[in-house]
Amino acid sequence: MPAPNPDSIKVILATDCGSTTTKAILIEYLDGHYRQTYRGEAPTTVEEPFADVTMGVVNAVTEIGELAGRRLVDDRGQIIRPARTENGQPVGCDIYISTSSAGGGLQMMVAGVVKEMTAASAKRAALGAGAIVMDTIASNDKRRPHEQIQRIRELRPDMILLSGGTDGGNTTQVVQLAELIAPAKPRPRFGSDYNLPIIFAGNKDAAPAVRKALEGGFDLKVVENLRPVLERENLAPARDKIHDVFLEHVMAHAPGYDKLMAWTDAPIMPTPGAVGDILQTIARGQGINAVGVDIGGATTDVFSVFGGTFNRTVSANLGMSYSISNVCAEATMPMILRWVHLEMDERELRNRVKNKMIRPTTIPQSREALIFEQAVAREALRLAYLQHKEFATTLKGVQQQRTVGDTFTQATGGQTIVDNMALDLLVASGGVLSHAPRMHQTALMLVDAFEPEGFTTLAKDSIFMMPHLGVLASVQPKAAMEVFERDCLIYLGTSIAPKGLGKPGKPCFSYELKSSSGDRSGVVMFGDVQLIPLADGEKATMVVSPERGFDCGGGPGKRIERTVRGGTVGLILDGRGRPLLLPEDRQACRAAVEKWAQSVQVFGHG
Amino acid sequence: MAKAFTPGLKVTGRTTLRVRRLLPIAGDVLAKSGDHVNARDVVARTFMPGDVTPVNVAKKLAVPPAEVPELMLVKVGDQVAEGQVIARSRGIFGMFKTELQSPAHGSIEVISEVTGQLMVRGEPLPVQVEAYISGTVIEELPGEGVVVQNDVALVQGIFGIGGEAHGRIRMAVADPAEKLVADHMKDSMRGEIVVGGGRLTAPAIRRAREIGVAAVIGGGIDDQDLRDFLGYDLGVAITGSEKVGLTVIITEGFGDISMAERTFQLLRHHEGHEASVNGATQIRAGVMRPELIIPLASGSDAKEAPPTIAAGVLEIGTPVRIIRDPHFGLIGAVASLPEQPHVLGSGSKARVLEVKLDSGESVVVPRANVELIEGS
Repeated sequence: MPAPNPDSIKVILATDCGSTTTKAILIEYLDGHYRQTYRGEAPTTVEEPFADVTMGVVNAVTEIGELAGRRLVDDRGQIIRPARTENGQPVGCDIYISTSSAGGGLQMMVAGVVKEMTAASAKRAALGAGAIVMDTIASNDKRRPHEQIQRIRELRPDMILLSGGTDGGNTTQVVQLAELIAPAKPRPRFGSDYNLPIIFAGNKDAAPAVRKALEGGFDLKVVENLRPVLERENLAPARDKIHDVFLEHVMAHAPGYDKLMAWTDAPIMPTPGAVGDILQTIARGQGINAVGVDIGGATTDVFSVFGGTFNRTVSANLGMSYSISNVCAEATMPMILRWVHLEMDERELRNRVKNKMIRPTTIPQSREALIFEQAVAREALRLAYLQHKEFATTLKGVQQQRTVGDTFTQATGGQTIVDNMALDLLVASGGVLSHAPRMHQTALMLVDAFEPEGFTTLAKDSIFMMPHLGVLASVQPKAAMEVFERDCLIYLGTSIAPKGLGKPGKPCFSYELKSSSGDRSGVVMFGDVQLIPLADGEKATMVVSPERGFDCGGGPGKRIERTVRGGTVGLILDGRGRPLLLPEDRQACRAAVEKWAQSVQVFGHG
Repeated sequence: MAKAFTPGLKVTGRTTLRVRRLLPIAGDVLAKSGDHVNARDVVARTFMPGDVTPVNVAKKLAVPPAEVPELMLVKVGDQVAEGQVIARSRGIFGMFKTELQSPAHGSIEVISEVTGQLMVRGEPLPVQVEAYISGTVIEELPGEGVVVQNDVALVQGIFGIGGEAHGRIRMAVADPAEKLVADHMKDSMRGEIVVGGGRLTAPAIRRAREIGVAAVIGGGIDDQDLRDFLGYDLGVAITGSEKVGLTVIITEGFGDISMAERTFQLLRHHEGHEASVNGATQIRAGVMRPELIIPLASGSDAKEAPPTIAAGVLEIGTPVRIIRDPHFGLIGAVASLPEQPHVLGSGSKARVLEVKLDSGESVVVPRANVELIEGS
């Protein structure tokens, strides 16, 4: 497709085809600025009887068209371009772009020579790319070769990532792995009409022998070694190739996707890739540490930028519809129910969870159902963030420097680079966070699940626009930044939470707040949460004096002064301590959760 | 014009169904175009490559990998027997030679001079594909399989476990709301497809397995019972490969829920008929729902009925089922479709519709929480 001239782009139509909902937005150039003007959404139509993702796109776009009074879809069901006026009515758009996460999860098998080294790196690359790792085969995984072959035969991965050996080093073992995979002849999960893709990211000298071993029956792609030398990882080429293959093979199996690819004016980006791009742009532009989360129906994606280093993980089976049952299985029901202050019947809840799984597009109607769904969301987010922290130790983007001394200790994980005390901005997106009836609910879900420490600004993606803006940035960056600043983020406020533990009812920290609307001061007890309104757009000076044993960023017991940002929720003074521990006794836990919900006005005043 | 799209399932008394029956790898197609086949007839057959046993020759003979090819007594493609000497080292001055025996029957597939490893491929494993439904072969796919066609009654379920099975349909209950309990299960049901009405209880499913029932189908199941039966908590809805002794299909959802009247009557109408079932369910993209297929005898009196694909446009009077608590499973007709979003009990704003329930009561529910059902 020809690249549109950025300056001629005045009307932009963007869609994001999620696994549950297809969201469309319209961006128009008005009074010298790009603004997001209308939005529409419709259920994603990958399921029978529609089995065509473009139907959901047309439905969502038609809704926008009706709202905007602009005909966007012609009689043949095609998106009209370029934008023009017909019979005095605005018609069409200048470009149409899209992201997509339909197509379900990505299932991979990884193989590496040494379990703790190249195989671990390969696993990190696959996980970082958003895959479910079905198994990790390594020369030293204590299975005998025929057992490994048998295992490979049983699995039906979407693709295999094979690594092993440093560049210029021994080639034997990695070729041996290829020789194990070749006779196993694993078949791809989808259909038998294409060869199983294998990405080789090992010793470059072994590539010819690997190619020979895998001749015929495989679609071998060779990329740079993900462990070129022992002390350095180079995961990006392998991860990029995984994304390419994912789009090419796995996502292309979402019905109608081929048609969608032909419609767009820029390559369709995977949703998490687009969100990651826009978050990096913001963090780098403002010089801050930021975490973004997108909780969807099938997956939860966590993005972080700490010290300029970007990381992304996709928890493929943590989500609120298709994967809700898996969240409950992984987190366990008691862990979910600790966030629920109402009495609920576990048997009934289990059925509700499964019903949501088999009918993923339903929405909670009652308050009770909402409370439960938000409890599940807290656990999905918590687990996804834990996974992120675990992998952000070494997934440091393109390259990572280590000393040889570190090499042998990495099996237990290095120091995570995710530092909640250094976190400046936490951005929420995804249905359960974005569509919460009250933003106070979004804010408390974020604080409960992520446990930010010190001073952290909380925001949400107003209408889940970050994916659209991510792909827009690749075509018209000016429009993407303008819309991001003006229309995308809604600031919820700031969380102020000292690290440390104390005794309930004893002081945790005292504060003095100086703002244009007046000064106030007070003490927050351990185990309590307070909410101070501070309007959106307003900034104030906050002085926090933590008690001994508590640290709000200035050191244990040290006073700290910071400028804080208001928002639709305000300032959440969180004296519950870090790590956040809930009472073990069920009744006490219910009482505590109810008290916090009231303090933060989760369900409104009283 | 108020409208909404809702996903749904197919339940029809007559439809022409084509099933593609394919081998996982190329092989021989046994059925010919025009052949009449029964569900259990083998229509295609092939042999999967046998299991592979790797042998590290270099290590066993204590030689560098590059020397391995010269020491081999067999070459790639040769058949070998277990215990047969397949390699011999040169020894020292022709003495102290080490011999290596084949660990398995089969053929030599690879001898690698890079790794010093060889692979013995075991006897081929037969793989065969059955017709799955009785009908006529309308197309041969050379080397792959066949397409079988027949007029069938078809019921798609919402969720299932277990793979393909066959048997005669047997009604175990008199009413679509009646729970299937252990007492309903009789020894004579061995090999049959047993239809319950409402919820399938754990004791009934366990008893069915003991008896050797081919499949059970009912309106709902408790997730707790499913977990106990499977032995694990099902996380992701990708099923079909469970080896649990029988196939289980639910047509409506989890919990106490009656089978849709029309589905129940359709199954009752076909009691005693042979049917094929498959519990395989995949809810993510490439969606796959469990199914029960009843091939119709030629000249069958079943009325030509349009398939009740429960999807389309919501209008006043459209029969719907509520698919989310607090009214989960209730059936009624659309009474009104307000244009403006409503504030729900949860506090969220959503577009809603009013449903007049069969009980006469009216309830307001989000449009996302209903699915269209058949008219009668």
